[in-house]
Amino acid sequence: MNTLITTLFNGVSIGTVLLIVALGLAIVFGLMGVINLAHGELMMLGAYTTYVVQNGFKTYLGTESQGLYIWAAIPLSFVVAALVGLALERGVIRFLYGRPLETLLATWGVSLILRQFVRSVSWGMVGGLLAFCGLFFGGKWLLGKSARIPSYRQNLVTTGLFLLSGAIAWFVGSNINNDPQLARPWFSARNVDVTAPGWLQGSIRVTAGIQFPASRLFIIVLTLLCLLGVYLFLQKSAWGLRIRSVTQNRDMSACLGIPTAQVDAVTFALGSGLAGVAGFAVTLLGSVGPNLGVNYIVDAFMVVVVGGVGNLLGSVIAALGIGIVTYLLGSGTMVRLLGGADGGAVVSFFDFFATTSMAKVMVFALIILFLQVRPAGLFPPKGRSAEV
Amino acid sequence: MSDMTTETSGTETPGITAKAEQSGLAKRWELLIVVAITLIFLFLVPAFISGFRLGLLGRFLSLAIVALGIDLIWGFTGLLSLGHGIFFALGGYAIAMNLQLNTLPEGAIPDFFSLYGVSQLPWFWQPCYSSGFSPVAIFLIPSIIAGLLGYLVFRNRIRGVYFSILTQAALVVFFNFFNGQQKLINGTNGLKTNTTELFGMSVGGNVMQFYFYCATVVFLALAYLLCRWLTSGRFGRMLIAIRDDENRVRFSGYDPTAFKVLVFAVSGGIAGIAGALYTVQSGIVSPQYMSIAFSIEMVIWVAVGGRASLVGAIVGALVVNWGKTLLSEQYPDIWLFFQGALFLIVVTVLPDGIIGWFRYRAKDDLRSLFGKPPVVATYPRLEVDETVRQEADLYGKTQPVDPTTSTAPIKSGENS
Repeated sequence: MNTLITTLFNGVSIGTVLLIVALGLAIVFGLMGVINLAHGELMMLGAYTTYVVQNGFKTYLGTESQGLYIWAAIPLSFVVAALVGLALERGVIRFLYGRPLETLLATWGVSLILRQFVRSVSWGMVGGLLAFCGLFFGGKWLLGKSARIPSYRQNLVTTGLFLLSGAIAWFVGSNINNDPQLARPWFSARNVDVTAPGWLQGSIRVTAGIQFPASRLFIIVLTLLCLLGVYLFLQKSAWGLRIRSVTQNRDMSACLGIPTAQVDAVTFALGSGLAGVAGFAVTLLGSVGPNLGVNYIVDAFMVVVVGGVGNLLGSVIAALGIGIVTYLLGSGTMVRLLGGADGGAVVSFFDFFATTSMAKVMVFALIILFLQVRPAGLFPPKGRSAEV
Repeated sequence: MSDMTTETSGTETPGITAKAEQSGLAKRWELLIVVAITLIFLFLVPAFISGFRLGLLGRFLSLAIVALGIDLIWGFTGLLSLGHGIFFALGGYAIAMNLQLNTLPEGAIPDFFSLYGVSQLPWFWQPCYSSGFSPVAIFLIPSIIAGLLGYLVFRNRIRGVYFSILTQAALVVFFNFFNGQQKLINGTNGLKTNTTELFGMSVGGNVMQFYFYCATVVFLALAYLLCRWLTSGRFGRMLIAIRDDENRVRFSGYDPTAFKVLVFAVSGGIAGIAGALYTVQSGIVSPQYMSIAFSIEMVIWVAVGGRASLVGAIVGALVVNWGKTLLSEQYPDIWLFFQGALFLIVVTVLPDGIIGWFRYRAKDDLRSLFGKPPVVATYPRLEVDETVRQEADLYGKTQPVDPTTSTAPIKSGENS
């Protein structure tokens, strides 16, 4: 009995971490068909936001109210990731709709940039970037307003403006960097640690022998709340209705007056924001580093693929299933259930897979086998437009 | 490439024999050029650059072989594989295992086994004793794995991004397996080859390294010719048809699955050979060859050079890797910015890569950079248009309608 409850709890707990990471992906990939390989990096930004918020609370509010930081960190990590996601959608992805493979490569490029950005961001860099953006986009806006440039000269003008503002920004940035205090990277490449508030550090005793870590319980609750929020947003709000209708039939929605470009932006921002919240959640589990996102991204995609694209319920079931199977295999519970370490070929087979990384091998192999039976996932999209 | 141009421009030449002759001539010229470049790389280049740089070049050339394999499946067949690291690393492991065993005296097992308390050689190491097995294994094992994976995926009509994600998942599976199995293949430390011996010479030594460089050049030329042969004939047209409209291929009565499995297996085999050559030249094979980032990097080489252009794949691999070496020697911490920007630029501004840009857009882009309008192409004037004249003859109208009043010239120079 105890084994059953512990297994269920740990499995569900792994599953909910997967789910909260995959939730944003299910929206972006499932509803829009966009492969966002930078999803993990949006998560990482959420995690770093949490770190900054925590340090801010520590510095300005003192240690006694430090535990309150999470209530600010959750919305802020959502907002930061959503804003970056919005910029990503407006700046890159909207030019690539209908070209999924190109989107995949472009978002990978963005993820590389974000990873290095977190490593080397300093005041000099921020100053240079701000100067560049102000000059370049401001210049383009001004030129677009005041001067009439024929379309074939646009390239020339843009290139000139780019080089000019780049040079000025470089100058500004390196000038700021002359001050060693300002040139210091904010986070550097080392991992940083976020301390969970006191009430999340202990564990809750259910019966004798069964203890649930409070942080895991908190993640489960947070995931449920996010799920509920996404469900209500998609089903009950006006924007949710628009998102669903664009998902079902983009052309028809556009004909009926739904601003599809705005819907795309909102959907992408929502998915990115959820990635930020996921980033907050994983700070409770371990330290935060620039490569945080890479560890989760493939698993999250697996959840969406197994669940069936465009179906939130499928993602939920898939995440929980994958979580429980991973725990069963990885923790060696399977070996214990089958009767100890020396019980024949079956046991030694499961024993071979009884580490975290080998459990992943087994789970992914099972997923590929599962897709042989149901190529479109648990809940395949219906209708003629369904294209596996 | 030259094939395509001869085919399109050869429409005016009457008779099929002349056309075939022309294409045969182009083929012979191309072969001659490939042989000439191969000879230059074999005899001239080593005379001019130092040993260290030559080693680097050898490694980059072996990466260019993978790029050819990726171009074959991505550029021509439209399958974006993010898991080519699997086949690359498998080729590397196949040759490293053979080298390690052949260096040891009879009956001994590699040193690292003793660290983990293994005294019996694992079963899958056994065939590597035979020196006839390895040269076959470096391309056969990756091909078989690729064929199997491809069959399982393509059979279910899983394609597009789903295929990419699944190959990435497969990559993670293999990475975790090789990374976690210390007792079987030395886990995360990998297998070293530069301390081993081949034909009584040290693999890490200068002489052997030079031979490996030569082997790489030869294999690159062979891989190019293989891919060229595969993509130029009817098989190649089939691949392009699958890329452009797979459903239509299916409706026409072909089974794309078989073609896709075959081409994926060939591509995997090419990657395996490349991995083996890369391993012996860099001195080690480790699970890092199966990292997610490395496999996506392979794709970007092809994208930079130009998809669906075999020369582009080679050029892209060489340019990106030289650039990486130069930049990361100078500014180690901002290389990732450049790489990320490269991905963005290639996708948004240069969708056809360097070669494609030269071929289609260089002229107009350079003109617009200097503030000149692009060359506007129009339909030919009606009185010189072949079809219009024929129709005029047919319907007994000797004088075609005045072009200036009937049709406006249509611009087709704008990039869409």
